[in-house]
Amino acid sequence: MAQVDSSGGIGIAVDVDDVVKRYGTLTALHGVSFDIRDGEFFTLLGPSGCGKTTLLRCIAGFEEVSGGAIRLHGEDIARLPPHRRQVNTVFQQYALFPHMDVLANVMFGLLRRGWTRRDATARAREVLALVRLADFAERRPAQLSGGQQQRVALARALAPGPQVLLLDEPLSALDLKLRQAVRVELKQIQRETDIAFVFVTHDQEEALTMSDRIAVMSDGRVQQIGTPREVYEAPVNRFVAGFIGETNLLDVAIRSVDGSRAEVLLPGGRPFACAAAAPVAAGPGHLSVRPERIELVAAGEGDLTATVRDHVYLGTDIQLHARLADDEAVVVRIQNAAGSAIPERGAEIGLKLEAGAARLLTD
Amino acid sequence: MAGVAPPGTGTGSGIYRGNGPRLMLPVWAFIGIFLVLPVLLMAVYSFLTKEFRGGVIWDPTLAAYDKFFLDRGLFGDEPPVIEWTYIGIFWRSIWQAGLATLFCLVIGFPTAWFIATRDVRTRSAWLFLVTIPYWVNLLIRTVSMKFLIRDTGPLNEFLLWTGVVDGPLGLVNTNLAVQIGLFYSYLPFMVLPIYAAVERYDFALSEAAADLYAGAWTTLRLVILPVVRPGIVAGCILVFVPSLGAFLAPDLLGGAKTFMIGSLIEEQFKGAAGNWPFGAAASMILLSIVLGVLLLYARSQAKGAR
Repeated sequence: MAQVDSSGGIGIAVDVDDVVKRYGTLTALHGVSFDIRDGEFFTLLGPSGCGKTTLLRCIAGFEEVSGGAIRLHGEDIARLPPHRRQVNTVFQQYALFPHMDVLANVMFGLLRRGWTRRDATARAREVLALVRLADFAERRPAQLSGGQQQRVALARALAPGPQVLLLDEPLSALDLKLRQAVRVELKQIQRETDIAFVFVTHDQEEALTMSDRIAVMSDGRVQQIGTPREVYEAPVNRFVAGFIGETNLLDVAIRSVDGSRAEVLLPGGRPFACAAAAPVAAGPGHLSVRPERIELVAAGEGDLTATVRDHVYLGTDIQLHARLADDEAVVVRIQNAAGSAIPERGAEIGLKLEAGAARLLTD
Repeated sequence: MAGVAPPGTGTGSGIYRGNGPRLMLPVWAFIGIFLVLPVLLMAVYSFLTKEFRGGVIWDPTLAAYDKFFLDRGLFGDEPPVIEWTYIGIFWRSIWQAGLATLFCLVIGFPTAWFIATRDVRTRSAWLFLVTIPYWVNLLIRTVSMKFLIRDTGPLNEFLLWTGVVDGPLGLVNTNLAVQIGLFYSYLPFMVLPIYAAVERYDFALSEAAADLYAGAWTTLRLVILPVVRPGIVAGCILVFVPSLGAFLAPDLLGGAKTFMIGSLIEEQFKGAAGNWPFGAAASMILLSIVLGVLLLYARSQAKGAR
């Protein structure tokens, strides 16, 4: 059940408040802050070394924070040992107890919390049914496939009914096909249990398909927090634009600025009006345009003129690699629909940028 | 998902498979010559008649076992009662060896844990330190230990000098001295297998236990100890078995009061006072006890694994 706070709105499950983590002289987290709502699927996304796993381990209690607070439904847990925090973790390599069968693994947390053996058995079987492993209760972890082990790990962490479930790249050990199936399943289980999930991944596709909100991290800082659509369509900086999905970053000259709108000169000299992600001043800038938001038009028309260098056949789409007059690379994705004309290598083409989809970025 | 094969049932194939039996020949020969043959020889000797200046007469008899278990009086003509002397020595030896094993475990486990949790680069240095005494002969080490703990030795001198004690400890010729000797002799046999097990231990399991509301002691009891148990069992066997048959430490540090099986057997084969069939019989009984304990353990393991 989503908990309702005194003001009547949806409650905050986890409040990460200015968390700093230092290892000696190295700073892994530079004052990270955000809220995770009840029942939310929240993803920490970033490249390896960005601090996402460190942050997750701080919430779980495996790492001590160097500063800041972590509140679980209002109570600061940042200095509690892990076994006193009502959060449970699904580990990257699952960390199932090898000497116990599946049922005993799932019962472990319940028994530590003082459940009777009888109640714990019933609850464990219920959760195993939820992850569709009811028939495997008597197996040892070593007798299960990777996907089954992953579900045992999930059941074990869900059984005690944590206030927040932490998942540390739980899908990375699975092969691609299985990973896609588990994504759907995991999201379904999250909806059914209505527990806040904090999901760590470096896979942007995973983040986009599963999350309610994403916090994009790099270098120990949160770069942007938003829905998948917001971070994909309105990235706040070059890092987010480049990390999530593919994008073209065109070098432009900013001519005039009017609030959050700006007029820029594109390569080739045509003017173009676009939204700016952050306050900008006249000078050089970068225009981010997604490959699928560029329309192919006749040479001489549109906003840019380019020469086709190569195409890549992707099945549903065709990717065109082209170059502008100043040798800047541009990637365009066109749908592989019946009758769509694919320009030859070396052909001159015109490119029309979708006005609402281009964003001016400064850094 | 059906058909997940239990480990160890793989159907290997390939060019090396057919050579298996032939390649095993040296191993079987080794086991035959150095293990089976000596034990058989000992079994046969235990049923022979003793020759007075050592050796045996090929005349089958149960005399050796009779002497071990039954008391027929000084001249062998009284009705038999149970002979407690040798059973007592055995019992004391098992007790001493068990205690030494326990001490080695209590000290050895934290030591192994400490080494296995060090930085990879410094681990081998710590292991080397543990094994250094093994470059010295056991006899010399045991004599040195006696020198260290005797009333006029450095330990006593030091304690007297600091004023911790006001008289000599009188350690030599006590059970405690034997314990110190056994502990010192066999500690590495406890440390090394436990180290090997702890080194392979996945510390994410401890994190998982803590994450599931287990405190430090519960984690140790329910997760760490069961997972590293094979190493602990191996260490206990490696300490218990040689401690049971040890004769240097009891002889040199314990004196006559702490006579153990090892010394009893050693005496039967050394010098003119010896009785080879009796020594062989005592060895057979010792072997039976050790094998019995190991068998019981193996049984309990098989049951636990289902």
